[in-house]
Amino acid sequence: MTTHSSEVEPVGQGGDPLPDPGMPPHTPRLTDSDPKAAKRAERQVSVMFGIATLGSIGFVAAYLAFPLIEGDLDRLQLSNLLLGLTLGASLFLIGLGAIQWAKKLMPDVEMVQERHPLESSKEDAQAAIAAFEAGTEESGFGRRTLIRNSLLGALALLPLPIVFILGDMGPLNPNPAKVRASTIWAKGTRVVNDVTFEPIRPEDMEVGQLVNALPATYEEIPEEQGAERLTARAFASVILIRMELDEFVIEPGREDWHIDGILCYSKICTHVGCPISLYEQQTHNMLCPCHQSTFALADNGKVVFGPARRPLPQLALEVDAEGYLAAQGDFPQPVGPSYWERAKFENGERI
Amino acid sequence: MSATVRLASKPVKALDDRLTIGKLAKDNLRKVFPDHWSFLLGEIALYSFIVLLLSGVFLTLFFKPSMVEVVYQGSYLPLRGVPMSEAYASTLDISFDVRGGLLMRQVHHWSALIFVAAMTVHMFRVFFTGAFRRPREINWSIGGVLLLMGLAAGFTGYSLPDDLLSGTGLRIIEGIILSIPIVGTYLSFLIFGGNYPGEDIISRLYIAHVLLVPGLILALITAHLLIVWYQKHTQWQGPGRTEQNVVGYPLFPIYTAKAGGFFFVVSGVIVLMSALIQVNPVWFWGPYDPSQVSAGTQPDWYIGWLDGMLRVMPAWEFVIGGYTLSLNVMIPSLIMPGVLTVLLLAYPAIERFATGDDREHHLLDRPRNNPTRTGIGVMAIVFYGLLWLSGGNDFVATIFQVPVNYITTFMRVALFVLPPLAFIVTRRIAIALQRRDMERVEHGRETGIIRMTTEGEFYEEHAPIDRYEAYALTAHARPKIIEPGPEFDENGVKNPSYRKGKRQARLNRFYWDNTVDKPTVDELHHEVEEAEHETLEHLEHEALPSGAHNPTESTRHR
Repeated sequence: MTTHSSEVEPVGQGGDPLPDPGMPPHTPRLTDSDPKAAKRAERQVSVMFGIATLGSIGFVAAYLAFPLIEGDLDRLQLSNLLLGLTLGASLFLIGLGAIQWAKKLMPDVEMVQERHPLESSKEDAQAAIAAFEAGTEESGFGRRTLIRNSLLGALALLPLPIVFILGDMGPLNPNPAKVRASTIWAKGTRVVNDVTFEPIRPEDMEVGQLVNALPATYEEIPEEQGAERLTARAFASVILIRMELDEFVIEPGREDWHIDGILCYSKICTHVGCPISLYEQQTHNMLCPCHQSTFALADNGKVVFGPARRPLPQLALEVDAEGYLAAQGDFPQPVGPSYWERAKFENGERI
Repeated sequence: MSATVRLASKPVKALDDRLTIGKLAKDNLRKVFPDHWSFLLGEIALYSFIVLLLSGVFLTLFFKPSMVEVVYQGSYLPLRGVPMSEAYASTLDISFDVRGGLLMRQVHHWSALIFVAAMTVHMFRVFFTGAFRRPREINWSIGGVLLLMGLAAGFTGYSLPDDLLSGTGLRIIEGIILSIPIVGTYLSFLIFGGNYPGEDIISRLYIAHVLLVPGLILALITAHLLIVWYQKHTQWQGPGRTEQNVVGYPLFPIYTAKAGGFFFVVSGVIVLMSALIQVNPVWFWGPYDPSQVSAGTQPDWYIGWLDGMLRVMPAWEFVIGGYTLSLNVMIPSLIMPGVLTVLLLAYPAIERFATGDDREHHLLDRPRNNPTRTGIGVMAIVFYGLLWLSGGNDFVATIFQVPVNYITTFMRVALFVLPPLAFIVTRRIAIALQRRDMERVEHGRETGIIRMTTEGEFYEEHAPIDRYEAYALTAHARPKIIEPGPEFDENGVKNPSYRKGKRQARLNRFYWDNTVDKPTVDELHHEVEEAEHETLEHLEHEALPSGAHNPTESTRHR
């Protein structure tokens, strides 16, 4: 036991006001005194174990009797229900039986055992210290400082190889900050519907209509390059929205980014990158379902609510020679969540 | 010698010859464990972890942790011909083409939800009863790390099926990694194996989910249990129970049957839940597509508070010297969880500093007898609960038909106002309960018998409580008040630890503020005598004799 500093003193009179009366007298259970009750408990327990046995047999029966059928969801649910009920009942009743057995038929008189002090005895502690000191002395760790310091130096730098060997977990060249700053949008890339992959003419879109879209070049990525396709979607997904010309305001410099009230914004939230998808038609606000950042599509994608700080990047539109909507180039800013180097790539600058 | 014992004797002898198990068995077979329902919470966590391991092994027989794109040709017709990752396709196969596969998936998911829940509630049991105090601080820390590992295990598992929900979760993780200053962008490319989402993350999460994290959990659980075993379990205070003994039932046969049985009950309940309640029907969400999301996207319950913090955080993002500092993401997802973890792990040391109590404790505190600790615990629960509600603010908005913006704004204020309020209210309630306890000890219990004196005054008769209950109500330790001592000693030398002592005394005063101390022996005798005296006074004035009850045993409540 530790000794307490003198400043720690009990208030008033220490100790318990009442003496410990010792363990309360044991009240026998019905099963202790009445052999009939004990017999009844024994029967209960064995019935539980008996049903548990049937449960295991039932599981095998259900497994064999109800094979899964292609496309049949009802059969799947039935199989799941029967397998689960039989196995669950079997496990549950084995447990319940064992607990009932312990509670009703095994002795319920509480036993008292002594606790032993956790700290070592004085002799043991002293012997341990002596052993440690002898070992330290024999190693010369304290005396031979050259060995000690060079060992510490060697150990201090050992994490470096461990960190560097992980360097090829991902490509760090070219600079990730630059890679993630650009998307596959480029000058003249057509905007296509992200389900039908049809190009879109301005006159196809009605006022108030919202279209989820992708760059036409997405389709050119081969099917087997699944990761590239996903990355393209993760950065290049956009939404097209058509508004009346007097319904939205335009920031200076963006006057020619819309086509007759059709505007195009990145679909990737600037908070942590969820695709924004909930559109409020009256306000032309777009809400991210993950953390409720809300962006005003009628005001240059500015944040009107939520944890996102930056507006949705806007993609400048043009109409190509065949009359389809296309991009004037890539986004002027990196899309998606903020990152340390992001500001370096603002306004279309790419290092 | 019974037949069972005779049958076992030969192999036991053989084992003993080689491993000296006789000594081990002699010391431990009849080891006593105290009994209380709240001690079962940790057991639920342990058993659901075993169920997790077993069901998880089954799932690995069929799951393919690969992001290679395949075209689904399995039994679930609505997704036939859809390109998806092999991970998602194999998850569908487990659900639709493996008999019992859906059941095992649901068992695995339910037991994960229960595992974290049981650990959380178990932690609160340990907290509120002061079971983390010396000598159990190490086990408190191990438990705290286990809880974090539970979250890691859950999240890595949630991400594996590569369905729309799990992919959205990963996208949020990417956003969080990107918010780390200086190295975030590089770290993201290293973890995802290139630009998001890449094709490595599933197999990397897989090895973490099936080896690293569960291996660590298993090792920590082993240490956790060995320490419980070695230090012996805590017990509630009460007659016959002291700091030097442990009162309860022997491991063999009582706890072998009870705890062993409880394992089967827990696993049985999990399997029954999996038979009856659907969880994470991944085929509804479809394969992951970074441009799609389903409305009402929700993480598993134990991630909800972190998601809630992300939701209510104001949009603090700054560009300093050309570099972006996303405090709106960093604070809720990196800094606050770190701070809260440190506070959680440091609490035993904080309380030890405040109370100056470094004694060994094997008797548990009733929560009311440590009102400040109880207040802090409830404050933490309210804080957590508010964050958790924030994580479902869109659901709260739909249920109560309130704009989601109002809820977020409300939470931003409530997170700072309601937890301290909960602290104050809880502490007052605990103190009130203490007073009621002491009143029972000093004045006895209410009998429900109302008497009228000859003057027309009414009073309720009180009867003394039995000595076992009276002892149980007064067995707790007294609060210790710390004084910093004199600043200078008699020679005018400044006490070097005076400032620390003063700080400690201030914290100590806050800690025991208004806590009710139990009466001393003299006070108790005085109280009881006074009460008896008053009863006698009344009896002298009473017009009618008292009737059936024994007047000397009754006291009057003032």
